Amino acid sequence: MSTIKEFQLPAPSQPAQEAVDQNADFEVRSLDTMCVNESQLKHPWWYNLKYTAVGLFFGLAFVKAEIVSWYRIQEMFRLESFHMYGVIGTAVVIGALSVFLIKRLKIKSIYGEEILFHPKKFNKGQIIGGLIFGLGWAMTGACPGPLFAQIGTGALVITVTLVSAIAGTWVYGYFREKLPH
Amino acid sequence: MELLSHPWPWWAAGIIIGLTVPALLILGNKHFGISANLRHLCAACLPANIKFFQYDWKKEVWNFFFVGGILLGAIIATVWFQNPDPVQIHPDLAADLAAQGVTQIDGLVPADLFSWESLFSLRGFILMVIGGFLIGFGTRYAGGCTSGHAIMGLSDLQVPSLIATISFMVGGFIMANLILPYILAL
Repeated sequence: MSTIKEFQLPAPSQPAQEAVDQNADFEVRSLDTMCVNESQLKHPWWYNLKYTAVGLFFGLAFVKAEIVSWYRIQEMFRLESFHMYGVIGTAVVIGALSVFLIKRLKIKSIYGEEILFHPKKFNKGQIIGGLIFGLGWAMTGACPGPLFAQIGTGALVITVTLVSAIAGTWVYGYFREKLPH
Repeated sequence: MELLSHPWPWWAAGIIIGLTVPALLILGNKHFGISANLRHLCAACLPANIKFFQYDWKKEVWNFFFVGGILLGAIIATVWFQNPDPVQIHPDLAADLAAQGVTQIDGLVPADLFSWESLFSLRGFILMVIGGFLIGFGTRYAGGCTSGHAIMGLSDLQVPSLIATISFMVGGFIMANLILPYILAL
């Protein structure tokens, strides 16, 4: 589907077959997904704890600014409150400014890797899937991130919603080839 | 401490969420997006020979650590920074909910709708189980959720992400205004 042209070529010392496998794996792994690990580096597991630290601040903001509140989501869709528009708007401005600076100043990751961006192609799924997700968002008052946060606030019944969301993803994967894209 | 316990203003949360984008990029070339975790869980637990789940999910375990952090952050917020005030909601929303018997307005989700007891009613089942299914199916079909498309994708000025974000909003408007009232009346 998406051909990844800018994908980094392997170091000459690597066996060619391994590089082909890696490319093929990246192709599948990055299918239908904005979010992907672009890094080629391998680290021990505990290096990942720094992402837990980032997530912790993120989760704290989620709960304390009531972004995971079912009421705030309803108010957003009923145009009764500016709150969520302010949150998302500010986040996009800060995010866009950061990405612009990273590209412009060619900022590298802390391991010296070039930070890569792969433009995504349009497909019909972004509309059809987007509408379907929107329905679920307004029903549960949560997107995937807030599901985890809602569970963290003690609403343990939301684990049912999370398991159901995983099932939904699986069913999508099962029927993927048959769906319009 | 006291200040942190009261609900945070939108701009404070917006800044923290926005800064997550460069934090993950700079810490390890990781693109922010949460719904991908649902797929990685499928790939890890039940790939079932489906090509879409045949990839090296271990390369994405960093994202499990990230959502683990979200869970921890939420626990910390609840245990140490509990909001001392009653939950504020728009009077029109409160009136519409009260008309459907949803009167217990506390916490972040209404207990009248989201509880183990409610799960076994038609209304609760639709909201939690069907709602969850639509989240998982829809986000993957769209290639991302609010974080991957609306935050990360828009930050990278990706047109597909703008289309996806508009679609999320349209779906939400349709549900909240046109369909949800009927579900709540069940």
